[in-house]
Amino acid sequence: MKLPDAEQLCEQLAAELRPRLTPSSAMIGLYTGGAWLAERLHALLGLATPLGLMDIAFYRDDYHAQGLHHDPKRTKIAFDVNGRELLLVDDVLYTGRTVRAAMNELFDYGRPASIALVVLADRGGRELPICAQYCGARLDVPSGMRLRLKREANGKLALALEPSRAA
Amino acid sequence: MQRNPQLNAQGELQHLLSIEGLPREILGQILDTAESFVGVTEREVKKVPLLRGKSVFNLFFEPSTRTRTTFEIAAKRLSADVINLNIALSSQTKGESLLDTVANLSAMQADIFVVRHASSGAPFLIARHVKPHEHVVNAGDGRHAHPTQGLLDLYTIRHYKKDFSRLTVAIIGDVLHSRVARSLIQGLTTLGAPQVRVIAPQTLLPSGVEALGVKVFHDMRAGLRDCDVVVMLRLQNERMKGAMLPSAQEYFKNYGLTAEKLALAREDAIVMHPGPMNRGVEIDSSVADGPHSVILPQVTFGIAVRMAVMSIVAG
Repeated sequence: MKLPDAEQLCEQLAAELRPRLTPSSAMIGLYTGGAWLAERLHALLGLATPLGLMDIAFYRDDYHAQGLHHDPKRTKIAFDVNGRELLLVDDVLYTGRTVRAAMNELFDYGRPASIALVVLADRGGRELPICAQYCGARLDVPSGMRLRLKREANGKLALALEPSRAA
Repeated sequence: MQRNPQLNAQGELQHLLSIEGLPREILGQILDTAESFVGVTEREVKKVPLLRGKSVFNLFFEPSTRTRTTFEIAAKRLSADVINLNIALSSQTKGESLLDTVANLSAMQADIFVVRHASSGAPFLIARHVKPHEHVVNAGDGRHAHPTQGLLDLYTIRHYKKDFSRLTVAIIGDVLHSRVARSLIQGLTTLGAPQVRVIAPQTLLPSGVEALGVKVFHDMRAGLRDCDVVVMLRLQNERMKGAMLPSAQEYFKNYGLTAEKLALAREDAIVMHPGPMNRGVEIDSSVADGPHSVILPQVTFGIAVRMAVMSIVAG
């Protein structure tokens, strides 16, 4: 399966987002892949508000089955979420459960004016009524495979396909 | 060899009974997770939904304010239901055995037991008898261990000093009766602190303390020299009544931490104390409230550390 070029998708997303930005726009990236993508988009768009980074480990719906993720990162949101037009950024949209958890966590910080979802790739397989407002590419990935973003040593972003750990 | 009773077959933490025997990775996992919870405790909504629907029973067979309260806050911030049991007023005084008490609470659908007991080993006994989905966290047993205090001490040290590999840590005072000292020494050793010193009169040191890997000093000034971290222990007043010490004034003169003695440690040294403090006995007010003191941050970090421990064992 040929994967699209992540760097190109990134530029494409930035171009799509640029005309929609307002003074109350702010961006939050989800660890780990979403944070890399958000760092890149945040710089490309020159947003004034500091980039927010979020780890949804404490909001996951599989905690009782899987336990706590071993190395949770610290969520850092250095701006007031209230009234913001938030761009929530993740690398790959799949079941929608991560986004559900992220929205729950966000509302513990305040009441944003809106949340739009930005993803590099949508691989289908949704289990919740969630969709991305900004999507770099739509890919048909078989369920035993994991699609994720990688960051190379030189900072270059690339999509990778590998057998999922559970499979 | 028998498996560590705190770990399951996959090596994951099931109960927190003692820092002793816990691998470095588990200690690191707890401290890293606690760091994420510190972020939660700085928000307006200081709650996460992890333990929603779970019940935490605080079983305190011995009085405690700070530890019980911080466990209660931690459990509530994880969205658990918390039940505090004041055992001194309960069935135990009517002769019910420890295991019967626990069996009854288990029938009330407990998920986590937080246990403080005057007898060393009581939480181990409970952990051996609970059901597989129930977890035990030791909140201090006799003179044996106080692992969450040890962990919050380690967290505080890591927060201010970043790295254990070059640290000199002095633990000063009543090491003999201190479960805090024992837990902290084990943790520091596991995490690779190169020099841990204990400073105390001979009467307040357990025999063979060197076997824990510490360097013993009886002269406080010599022991404080070039320390990065100074941990003061509470002098339990009841010890004064025995023949262990001449008087509080005499103890303060020899082993009380004053600004003048603290000046022998490194310029950026931090001063810790597990509380409750006896001002003017083991620590001078000017130090306790001074710029080197991190005694109150310790309490705040303690909540995040206890959130980490409960969410890891119950997960």
